[in-house]
Amino acid sequence: MATINFTDFEGQTRTVDAAAGDSVMETAVRNGVAGIVGECGGSLSCATCHVFVAPEDFESLDPMGEMEDEMLYGTAVDREENSRLSCQIKMCEGQTLNVATPETQV
Amino acid sequence: MNTATLPSTGGAPAPAAGTATGLLIIGASQSGVQLAISLRALGYTGHITLLGDEDHRPYQRPALSKEFLQDKVGSESLIFRSNDYWIEHNVTLVKGERIEDIASNPDGSGVATGRSGARYPYTRLALTVGARPRVFEVPGSELDGVVYLRNADDALKLKELAPAATDVVVIGGGFIGLEAASSLQAMGKKVTVIEYGPRLVGRAVGEDTSAYFLEQHRARGLDIHLNARVSRIAGDGAVRAVHLESGEIIPAQIVLVGIGVIPNTQLGEQLGLEVDNGIVVDEAAIASDGHTLVVGDVANMPNPVPGAPDGERIRLESVNNAVEHAKVAAYALMGQREAYAGIPWFWSNQADMKLQIAGLSMGFDSTVKREVPQKGKFTVLYYRGGQVIAADCVNAPLDFMAVKQALAAGKNIDPSAAADPGTMLKTLIA
Repeated sequence: MATINFTDFEGQTRTVDAAAGDSVMETAVRNGVAGIVGECGGSLSCATCHVFVAPEDFESLDPMGEMEDEMLYGTAVDREENSRLSCQIKMCEGQTLNVATPETQV
Repeated sequence: MNTATLPSTGGAPAPAAGTATGLLIIGASQSGVQLAISLRALGYTGHITLLGDEDHRPYQRPALSKEFLQDKVGSESLIFRSNDYWIEHNVTLVKGERIEDIASNPDGSGVATGRSGARYPYTRLALTVGARPRVFEVPGSELDGVVYLRNADDALKLKELAPAATDVVVIGGGFIGLEAASSLQAMGKKVTVIEYGPRLVGRAVGEDTSAYFLEQHRARGLDIHLNARVSRIAGDGAVRAVHLESGEIIPAQIVLVGIGVIPNTQLGEQLGLEVDNGIVVDEAAIASDGHTLVVGDVANMPNPVPGAPDGERIRLESVNNAVEHAKVAAYALMGQREAYAGIPWFWSNQADMKLQIAGLSMGFDSTVKREVPQKGKFTVLYYRGGQVIAADCVNAPLDFMAVKQALAAGKNIDPSAAADPGTMLKTLIA
């Protein structure tokens, strides 16, 4: 089991349990976390699962690929240094991850 | 008196027998799920029943031909929402039930009767019944090993057959056929694609993009036959080979058919709704009876793209349309009119090629091609009267995003400048 804290645009945080191996996006969508859309189901095609990863957690993630990097230029809210597409972040056993969701994904 | 509740296989409790659900959604599909979600987001308080004929919880289809087929994701990853979500949002799930009869009243309420014999009274009805694969009929097409790929059971069957097969013939060079062909090739199969038409994906992309996919797939080892007709499928119970009219015989232990879909209009016809290449709906996703909501692949709707010719109609088969059209329908049920949001877009992942399509290219009169071969990037922009209307983008998400942005803003991208792949399209939006 792992834990993800989703903080929305207005500062409200919702904590959701995640299974190891599941992505942050699918965990959010399955539990109806507002602020994550994930229209393409995780195939890196839609850029609607944009999150800002807490700086202290950002370095611990696997680096992003070129396609994710390019897709991040098309997000509804402009990318920042700690931006990721949450379909590309897989949770590890025991991991706790803090992410913030943008005001809108579309 | 019968006080038993209606069949429910998940989510919130069903209403007591004889009590109407607020909204009966027939079709536990992408559009059906989105309709329920959007209605709750808009504050709809009635009970919702989401009913489907498959024995699975509502799931996402796109991965069936790709990641799921290749065992890169499990079935749990395809599930749209947890059961707790449906309980919290007062949505009853009914699975494995097929509606065979609907008796409707002039006010839009009615009673649907399922194959199980259960009756589902409703106040409002939504049809999100999608489409079914077009059946391929030649001698031998009934043999074991001739399969289709539309739903989870189809994918499970294909996964069951795959280990024992060395040769696969895919009939149909469209998105489903090419995605599955690429997946099966990655699984170590020798794959042959038989396309009836003169080019690949002829219905969805222009000639340049078709030619690009042909060249790329052939370079990756797919055996592709264009303008090819199947005369029969041979076998002894199980399929053994596909015979072409040219005389060629191609060995196969699996024949996968992907030759398009037919909208499921049967219930609409039974309700007396106007049907013409799908169930005809207005801008608010409402059918000709003025009550029934019809959403997604099954709906023939006014072309939602800003600036589309007046009266032009379209039926779109895509996730994006299922989602956006469902939102329009949710607003309509709440008594609000809300325009279709955004620009239609599509995607298809084949081998290491990620195709993204922005907009609808129908009616184009010129194209501009940009290519960065060493990075596998390929883009075609479509113009009508000098105005960009769509783009096919392979491994080029920046191009895709730029065209989508330009279309959404009602802006253009200068065609002569766009031909230089070194220039970012984003900088040309004006």
